[in-house]
Amino acid sequence: MTRTRPHSRGLPLLSSATAATVVAALSLAFFYAPLDRDQGVIQKIFYIHVPLAIVSLCGFIAGGVMAIRHLRTGDRSWDMRSYVAIHLSIVFAVGTLVTGSIWAKASWGHWWVWSEPVLVSFLIVFLLYCCYQPLRFSIEDPERQARYASVFAVTAGAFVPVNFLAVRLATQHVHPRVLSQSGSLPGPMLLTFLVSLAGVALLWATLWKLELSLKSSRMSLKRLRARLEAPDEVEAPVPEVAVR
Amino acid sequence: MTTTATPSERKIASVPPGLWRAATALLRKDFAHEVRTRQTVPAMALFSVTVFVLFHFGLARDTISGSLASGVLWVTLLLAAVVGVTRLFAAERDGGAGEGLLLAPIDRTAIYLAKASALLLYLALLEVVALPAFALLLAPGLGDGLPELIATLALADVGIAAIGALVAGLAAEARAREAIVPLMLLPLLVPVLIAAANASRPLLETHSHAAGLAKWLGLIGLYDVVFVLVSVALFDYLLED
Repeated sequence: MTRTRPHSRGLPLLSSATAATVVAALSLAFFYAPLDRDQGVIQKIFYIHVPLAIVSLCGFIAGGVMAIRHLRTGDRSWDMRSYVAIHLSIVFAVGTLVTGSIWAKASWGHWWVWSEPVLVSFLIVFLLYCCYQPLRFSIEDPERQARYASVFAVTAGAFVPVNFLAVRLATQHVHPRVLSQSGSLPGPMLLTFLVSLAGVALLWATLWKLELSLKSSRMSLKRLRARLEAPDEVEAPVPEVAVR
Repeated sequence: MTTTATPSERKIASVPPGLWRAATALLRKDFAHEVRTRQTVPAMALFSVTVFVLFHFGLARDTISGSLASGVLWVTLLLAAVVGVTRLFAAERDGGAGEGLLLAPIDRTAIYLAKASALLLYLALLEVVALPAFALLLAPGLGDGLPELIATLALADVGIAAIGALVAGLAAEARAREAIVPLMLLPLLVPVLIAAANASRPLLETHSHAAGLAKWLGLIGLYDVVFVLVSVALFDYLLED
């Protein structure tokens, strides 16, 4: 039985583009971008921390948009996409929290700084998304599982901007914005940052496609095995279900 | 419900009731159930008083004010709200009333509106007990900023009820419901906590004054609008069986 797996289409090209961009970003960060006058070499973590943060947030939002697509069309493959997007973004968010923590330790002397609104918002968003999987896998019926997970994904996606606004308002007057935002970055730093952002975004996309194609191969394997064990039975369509 | 239906009532029964009629009928049913069984509101109120006592010993303070007072008050209220949210669909789940509800020829949104209003009502009743208890046990100087504090409570309750009813619906089918509700609800309520605690901090100072109240109430208002709309849009999908 041959079944087209659209998720694996274009994967080799995407992987090579990712590898090239990530290598380019790292080389730019270490050999091209100038040292920050105040922070020295530790500022280089900026080129991985900020892209990770941006990509994982966009991933959460994308997961919510895919969940809307699932709820509107009833097409379970969109739930699958949303599930993989959120799963990956949780991993990227862990990376953001760890790199942010290292940066905070190096520049302010503490592993955790409550006055940095982006990091604090990130922790809250991360804590919320941490219960996506427990919720999902504590519902047995696969169809209902997909629906409930999508409702959660949309709610949490709407929560992300509101939460950022609230945390920003609460910390605005306490601490000056130390981190230079891309608007005020000098040219070489900005270029390095943009290449890093592209690299991390491509990495996310590659991993997302890879995980999806892995999941769909696993589904077809299951289907083939079922056919092998009971060849006479009429093949029942096995829906795409999230496999832990 | 009357068993003998007059012709006019029969005519009404054949036409599905409108959204508001259905929602108020369901709310009346939930409230009557609560009045008879007394399973949710007393538990929430008792829980809040217990937490105040815990804070008294945990902080080793007889009276608190300012940021400590507003933190204790809001954290206690949010934890008490968790108790209410966990119990919100108890009758539908344990008594099998959920199927009856789904079979009723009503707009599904009415179910959400009724549940959110029921939670709003429970939260208001909780605060009627918790606020005097808080003033009595921990914060004697509560009286001065009371109108502003009540306004903050009212706005925050709308947000808590809106998201609480959605979370209760989401967790109703989950196996580890008791663990999932607080894990899901409390992070979602962080913006409400931030705004409400900031709004009430100056109100609970020894010399009560309102500072930045408009900004924080505006934030809670924005939260209310966003999550009422999101919940109304999404709740239908939880009941699609």
